[in-house]
Amino acid sequence: MKFINFIKESFKVIMKGNKYYYVWISSLLLLIIWGGLGYFEQLKNGLAVTNMNDSISWGFYIGNFTFLVGVAAAAILLVIPAYIYHWKPIKEITIFGELLAVSAVIMALGFVIVDMGGPFRLWHMIPFVGLLNFPDSLLAWDSIVLSLYFILNLVIVTYLLYMHFAKKEYNKKIFNKLILLSIPMAISIHTVTAFLFNGLAARPYWNSALLAPKFIASAFCSGPAVLLILFQILKKTTKFDIKQEAIEKIAELMAYSMFLYLFLFFSEIFKEVYSNTHHVVHLKYLFLGVKGHNDLVLYAWMSIIFSIIAFLLFLIPKTRKNIITLNLGAVLIYIGVYIEKGIALITPGYSPDTLGQLYIYRPSMIEIRTAAMIFSLGFLLFTFMSKIAVEIIFKDLNINKIPKQS
Amino acid sequence: MTTNRKHGLSILIIFFVIIVTTPSWISGQESAKESQLIQVPPPPFSEDIFPCTECHGDMEPNPERRILEEMHDDIILKHDEKNRWCLDCHDKKNRDKLHLANGKLIDFTESYKLCGQCHGPKLREWKNGVHGKRTGYWNGKKKYLLCAHCHNPHSPKYKKMKPEPAPADPMKGRK
Amino acid sequence: MEGKKTIEKKESRRTFLKKSALASTFATLAACGSDTSWEEFFQKNFRTLDDDDKKKIIERLENKYTEKYGKKFSVSSKDPIDETLFGYGLDISRCIGCRKCVYACAEENNQSRDPQIHWITVLEMAKDKGVDLFHSHADYDRELVPEDDHFYFPVACQQCENPPCTKVCPVGATWKEKDGIVVVDYNWCIGCRFCMAACPYGARHFNWAEPDVPKDEINPVTHYYGNRPRMKGVVEKCTFCIQRVREGLYPSCVEICPVGARKFGNLLDPDSEIRYILKHKRVLVLKEELNTQPKFYYFY
Repeated sequence: MKFINFIKESFKVIMKGNKYYYVWISSLLLLIIWGGLGYFEQLKNGLAVTNMNDSISWGFYIGNFTFLVGVAAAAILLVIPAYIYHWKPIKEITIFGELLAVSAVIMALGFVIVDMGGPFRLWHMIPFVGLLNFPDSLLAWDSIVLSLYFILNLVIVTYLLYMHFAKKEYNKKIFNKLILLSIPMAISIHTVTAFLFNGLAARPYWNSALLAPKFIASAFCSGPAVLLILFQILKKTTKFDIKQEAIEKIAELMAYSMFLYLFLFFSEIFKEVYSNTHHVVHLKYLFLGVKGHNDLVLYAWMSIIFSIIAFLLFLIPKTRKNIITLNLGAVLIYIGVYIEKGIALITPGYSPDTLGQLYIYRPSMIEIRTAAMIFSLGFLLFTFMSKIAVEIIFKDLNINKIPKQS
Repeated sequence: MTTNRKHGLSILIIFFVIIVTTPSWISGQESAKESQLIQVPPPPFSEDIFPCTECHGDMEPNPERRILEEMHDDIILKHDEKNRWCLDCHDKKNRDKLHLANGKLIDFTESYKLCGQCHGPKLREWKNGVHGKRTGYWNGKKKYLLCAHCHNPHSPKYKKMKPEPAPADPMKGRK
Repeated sequence: MEGKKTIEKKESRRTFLKKSALASTFATLAACGSDTSWEEFFQKNFRTLDDDDKKKIIERLENKYTEKYGKKFSVSSKDPIDETLFGYGLDISRCIGCRKCVYACAEENNQSRDPQIHWITVLEMAKDKGVDLFHSHADYDRELVPEDDHFYFPVACQQCENPPCTKVCPVGATWKEKDGIVVVDYNWCIGCRFCMAACPYGARHFNWAEPDVPKDEINPVTHYYGNRPRMKGVVEKCTFCIQRVREGLYPSCVEICPVGARKFGNLLDPDSEIRYILKHKRVLVLKEELNTQPKFYYFY
């Protein structure tokens, strides 16, 4: 009964808000509808409405998927320092991290679904009902770990919020164990996603042992950036009592992971350029252009320059403590990693293709619309869940405030 | 007949039967496999001209090495023409046959023996099915072609041909 | 305490939800122009089915294709021939780049004309550069071939003994058969294209749109794993003309090649042409260092 009340009250919370809230929600809904109509075009006419072809068989959708898995993983990785440094609002930090993780996983799965040639055939992946090629296929692993991670996070965050709502003491033993479990799970989802790519001998650009560590490092730079900005907003607008030094600590840890990310990136560049085999052509295409095709050059340089600037802003204590440069750094690293895990990861893997032919890829309008639909859906869910969390945690919405029904 | 003579005769008969039934160009291969190979009949190189003996039957052969002017002037010889001419392959007396270097006469259906005199390795590969085209069943009957089917013996250099169209641009019609 | 009525209500609610979920699935499928029937949608992975189920599926497909194309279709489900492992030889000293194999294959195997799918890609290479994929051209457009100082290198599925594509398929829709042919169950493929990312030879092709084969050109003699008509959203590739070779015939590309550059046979038969090639010719495979162990042997 109490749980049903919790659900009912949560619905009520997301239904009302101030005018900014309504504008935000309406814009997201509009984008979802606009994007959804685009996706319907794709369902009707096939993936020919995208700009993918036999040579570039993955593109914008899988790029976004990879980035979002990183965000989902990183959101939880914030929990480790919260524990180590005994940050006071650890429960609250965890909850928002979980909410971001849940939204990111939903978006990531959304991108996988829209990339399928036969989305209605996804039931073929269900073990026993269909045929899941486990343990050979990395996609089989990914579907398992992502599903488990999603369920784990949803359970944790629902449990915490519900307990808060019902004014009950949560079971610290179970809760702590689950939180601790979510940390290796977070690492696993992003490692498995990296293994999807680096296990393919056919694609020398991806077939690097450094790909999984680079993924984790870049995830840990970019994922917390969202939470960093969110926590500052919550600190100003609610009773979220996160100390300034905790925010600075997050920034400091992000600086270390940025260093690791840049070091791994530089290691890969060195190996390709110094060994100077034919495989360097993929890197050349990315940073310098090849045979007159230089569509990715601007984005590649943007990504690395933004990442270096963000690293410096976060490394130097003065700029780390300055609220403007701190947030600028967070935005810059987010853009840098979005490019690095998105278009700068996928397209050079396919250009040139396995038979040495060069094709160019740019997302089509339908791909952009479908992506807008999924991102808007994710933002919408995150907004709703955050509003509920804020209401329960900071505005003390609880079971006693519901008018009793006679 | 005495018993010895009878034995001798039967051995001789068996010997000849084996010789006749085995196709002539097999050496050490089972006849079962070779019965799978079916020859495509030799092509004519000039229209309405076979059998050659219809004209050459009562003509006096002219063995002088020359470029033909009165007849067969449409045949341009570009096959070691500094050292060879018509009668080095076509038999002087019987124009329906070709002749090998040792004088032996062969049919047009066995023209590969003539080619093989100079192109030995190619002949060996052709016999093993590696050179040239075969159609039919990989585990059964195959049709094979003579050298002359693809290489005009008078001008054997393989002619260039117009290729089929290049693959369409995969982004044709995409936005 | 829930009474009997509440439980009944819950159950009827559950069935209602299930039915409406299924109905909406089919409604969406229909709206998207799919001609999938109920049975076809729930069909399991073909290699896991017993002979009776396979027969029913074959019959259903034959009827469907016959009705759609107005020609009597046959869909074979013939198993591999015993003691057979197919191998292919390609004589790169003979190929002239005429692309007759490309189009013969497209016709025999019912490849879509628009959007165009070709299972064979012919690469033109310069003799002074050798086998250098990055400097090769798939889109060469010559007046006459072979172009001087160039040679030609056709590439299709290498039917690897250690295929990198079959291990990545999340639903096991592609696998290597006993006679060595790597096949795809078009009704099981979910279209994730992971196998296309994994193939080092660009041999796999995707139906980005509904394939289009004119009725008067379609080949009605098909195999379930081979040249039967496909649908949008699935992967396809060369199957060594499985519908032909399991009946003992040569693949179409072997038959059409005007210079006899293509050789085919049973690797387990010591007297086959392909074994002769492996024994006597200079043989190479593409990207040998990837350990895919192709059964497509280039030689000269």
